[in-house]
Amino acid sequence: MSLQFFLIVTLNGLTLASLYFIVASGFSLIFGLMRTVNMAHGSLYMVGAYVGFAVFDPLYASNTWGSQAWLIAIVAGILAAALLGLFMQVAFLGWMQGQELRQALVTIGLSIIIADQLLARFGGNPFQFFAPDMLFGPVQVPFIGRYPVFRLFQVGLAVAVGIGLWLLLNKTKLGIIVRAGVDDRQMLAACGVNVPLVAATVFALGAGLAGLGGVIGATAQPMALGVDARFLLMSLVVVIVGGMGSIGGTALGAVLIGLAEQWGQVLFPTYSVILTFVIMASVLAVWPQGLLGRKPV
Amino acid sequence: MTFTRRTAMAWAMGTVAAVFALSDAMAQDQPPIRIGSITTLEGPFATGGQDAYRAMEMAFEAIDYTVGGREIQWIRESSNATPDVALARARKLIEQDEVDIIIGPLSGAEGIALRDYSRTLTGRTIINGSSGAADTTLRDPSSNFFRFNTEGTQWMAGLGTYAYEEMDSRHVALVAADYAFPYAQVFGFMHEYCELGGAVTKLWSPLNTTDFSSIIAQFPSDIDAVLLIQGGTDALAFLTQYAEVGGDLPIIGGSITADQTLLSARGPHQRLMEGMVAAGPIADLNEDPNWQDFVARYRERWGSEGFDSPSIHAVNYYTNTIAVLQALEEVGGDLSDDQAAFQAALAEIEFTAPTGANVRLDSNRQAISDIFLTRIVNDGGTMRTEAFGRTPDVTQTLGMDTEEFLALGSPSRDNPDCPPAL
Repeated sequence: MSLQFFLIVTLNGLTLASLYFIVASGFSLIFGLMRTVNMAHGSLYMVGAYVGFAVFDPLYASNTWGSQAWLIAIVAGILAAALLGLFMQVAFLGWMQGQELRQALVTIGLSIIIADQLLARFGGNPFQFFAPDMLFGPVQVPFIGRYPVFRLFQVGLAVAVGIGLWLLLNKTKLGIIVRAGVDDRQMLAACGVNVPLVAATVFALGAGLAGLGGVIGATAQPMALGVDARFLLMSLVVVIVGGMGSIGGTALGAVLIGLAEQWGQVLFPTYSVILTFVIMASVLAVWPQGLLGRKPV
Repeated sequence: MTFTRRTAMAWAMGTVAAVFALSDAMAQDQPPIRIGSITTLEGPFATGGQDAYRAMEMAFEAIDYTVGGREIQWIRESSNATPDVALARARKLIEQDEVDIIIGPLSGAEGIALRDYSRTLTGRTIINGSSGAADTTLRDPSSNFFRFNTEGTQWMAGLGTYAYEEMDSRHVALVAADYAFPYAQVFGFMHEYCELGGAVTKLWSPLNTTDFSSIIAQFPSDIDAVLLIQGGTDALAFLTQYAEVGGDLPIIGGSITADQTLLSARGPHQRLMEGMVAAGPIADLNEDPNWQDFVARYRERWGSEGFDSPSIHAVNYYTNTIAVLQALEEVGGDLSDDQAAFQAALAEIEFTAPTGANVRLDSNRQAISDIFLTRIVNDGGTMRTEAFGRTPDVTQTLGMDTEEFLALGSPSRDNPDCPPAL
């Protein structure tokens, strides 16, 4: 096996991990603050992609907006997912705070409804975004040769999202409130903080990240009905491996799963699908909190 | 009244006598023929299954639901492409609806399940719908299971030779999904290609793979074409990602690669797709007047409800249905004597499929028919497949002696094999 091949597959793993990180970080954020297992996270991913595409398609065909269409689609996808997330939190999840089983069932129900609504509205045909010319095609990378520039862009975006979230949680007032909420919601409310408002904000932010992931993901791979389950499962695995509610843990989990998928495909294609679950099971057996999760006090 | 053995006997004999009397009286006005059908209206192939029923409905409407002086009652059932569901629905059709004939199913493993079920039935006949697993009729066939459509291995006839001789290809990278149907297709291609001296580097991936970048990274540097045996979104994902790394080798497709998913989607893959050659039982653009007529009737009957052009499943179900109708016509709707006359007629008939291909059966009741070489063309802004070659009378053993062909073994991940010389 040549060094070049080794590097390409590893880079493929890292670029796939970037997409996983963007989607799973929203999942982790929501879980971290509200202990809400949002089983509709994959649906938010899909809503971001479908709404983004509904905006993108006519714009791309027109001459005036063609070059900006993709950026507008990203904004539309984020907004659509964030608004839907906000609605979910306010209308359903907010008032059943703490009842985890009930929330899980409600979000599963929502995900089924959303999937059917998307099928009714957009039909079953798959689609794909076309990245702007600047981000499409191969570039020369040292030691590797031609490599798709969009996949490198994915890594950059994931790093930006990671740094942004870290700054938000560690260097802002909102971050202090969020972290306080993780430890003791009642005390936080007693301090005069409007906890439901904070919860809604964080939920919208997490959902918006899923929407961003949707547009990015649907540019890298075709989007079709059914990916919601795939990305929900992937988010769960990444967050369980990395540790609940930890940004660093989510990044580590995403990298592990991304690399495992790509190397698995190369080394033993027939059984590669089970490798991610083997990793998850092993991590749970040794570190039940996930690799970087906090031990319960 | 107490229900003793004696009264039960009396009742039973009375019923038998009544039935005989009734059937005498109805000799002039025969009861309807009950035809059940199974396709996939649920699950991954739901749109294909829907299209299959469109075609069947056309076949029945054309004869006004009457054949050999008897009315046809059509009972539709649905499966979800899994063998256990197909089997349960077939049992329901036979046991509750008491159908005489079943037409179906649509996908490979279902076909094998119904072939096995047909063995337990007497006086009933199962005619395949669109399923294409080779072993359904090749190994261990059943005497009352008939298939008038060709299958996965046959569909690749002529493609390996075309790739070697016309495209001057000597070494292809195979990108294929890791399950039974692609094995059959790969077998059909490699059977010709390896014989001529070509080499194949195999790269299998699980079904529903969306990221092919590491597969592409494994392409040997000396390949001159890519053989893509994938369908639906998997094919779309591969072509997009191959375009993204600037790939420009010619693409050779399988029989389900150039389906509507790929043809109707817009994107960077279109650059690679135009000109892609493949082989299969149908082509959207085909000069044959039978096909022109069928497409015109399909469009007139279904308008915007149907596809732009009838799908492979529509054509297969239609072909099998008209075989049934023709055999029923020949025997005058006579299904007595455990359908012996009807099954004998089925085994003997020869007719023209809507694609213009001649269809007849071999001794395993498997179709021998024509296979088309197809190419994707840009037909006034719409991507379509166009027939540019035809291999006539392709048998299930690809022209070989049956014993000799069976000795080659079942298609699998490792069979056949012709890796490049190191």
